[in-house]
Amino acid sequence: MTSDVVTANGKIEKVSIIVSKGSLEGVYPALIMANGARAEGIEANLFFTFFGLDAIHKARHEHIKLATVGNPGLHLATWAGGLPGVSSVMTHYMAHKMGQLDIPSIPEFIEMIADTGAGLYACQASVDLFGLTRDDFIDQVKDVITVGEFYDLAAGGQIIFT
Amino acid sequence: MSTKVYAGTAVTVDDDGFFADPQQWHEEMAPQIARESGVDSLTPQHWQVVTFMRHEYAEKGTGPSVRALSKTSGVSIKELYQLFPKGPAKLAAKIAGIPKPRGCI
Repeated sequence: MTSDVVTANGKIEKVSIIVSKGSLEGVYPALIMANGARAEGIEANLFFTFFGLDAIHKARHEHIKLATVGNPGLHLATWAGGLPGVSSVMTHYMAHKMGQLDIPSIPEFIEMIADTGAGLYACQASVDLFGLTRDDFIDQVKDVITVGEFYDLAAGGQIIFT
Repeated sequence: MSTKVYAGTAVTVDDDGFFADPQQWHEEMAPQIARESGVDSLTPQHWQVVTFMRHEYAEKGTGPSVRALSKTSGVSIKELYQLFPKGPAKLAAKIAGIPKPRGCI
């Protein structure tokens, strides 16, 4: 078996990052990893699947929320997390904290990542499942691709699932 | 740490080739560092960014990340990656003889 995932100097040359979640804490890590890869000169592609599609959905990407139910890391009682408005308030608070650190909003971040030369792709199966079309996505999305096409794109690099 | 010779002068660089002491850097060294980093020739646009990196380092003690570099220098992210395909903040810092900028965004 041959492996050209890393070069002779031990550096990663290429990453393909799968975004499968549509929550704030599900989307940001993938964006930070993709952007960070490009900043290091590493080739990067993002593949949005299932609820991760919301991150590139024109009407939804400005409204990605923090999960306040089923998220023990928040240290909030489950019943409290489910109260109306709690997710919005916590998301707003998080956005405020991120703004202080100059972390861009999700729409701005995605535009920035596209500008770095990273490829943005939507998953065909999920697009079909949710009854979406190419027009539902932001212009930066290069294509809607199948899983097979994703593997072709990812060839020779690392795959990261988030 | 190791020693490299740029423009006839020996300088100290870290394991990734970044200057350990920015004071040792001189403009004449930049083209050679750039070539080693895959930037064949330094255009006025490259110089604009390199000079800006030096300036930011002198002001703040650290080089900016790509986002901060774009926001404060006015050079777009797209353009920065065209100038320095293998990582704008990282390469511009190396060419400018300052330490590698740290930061996740």
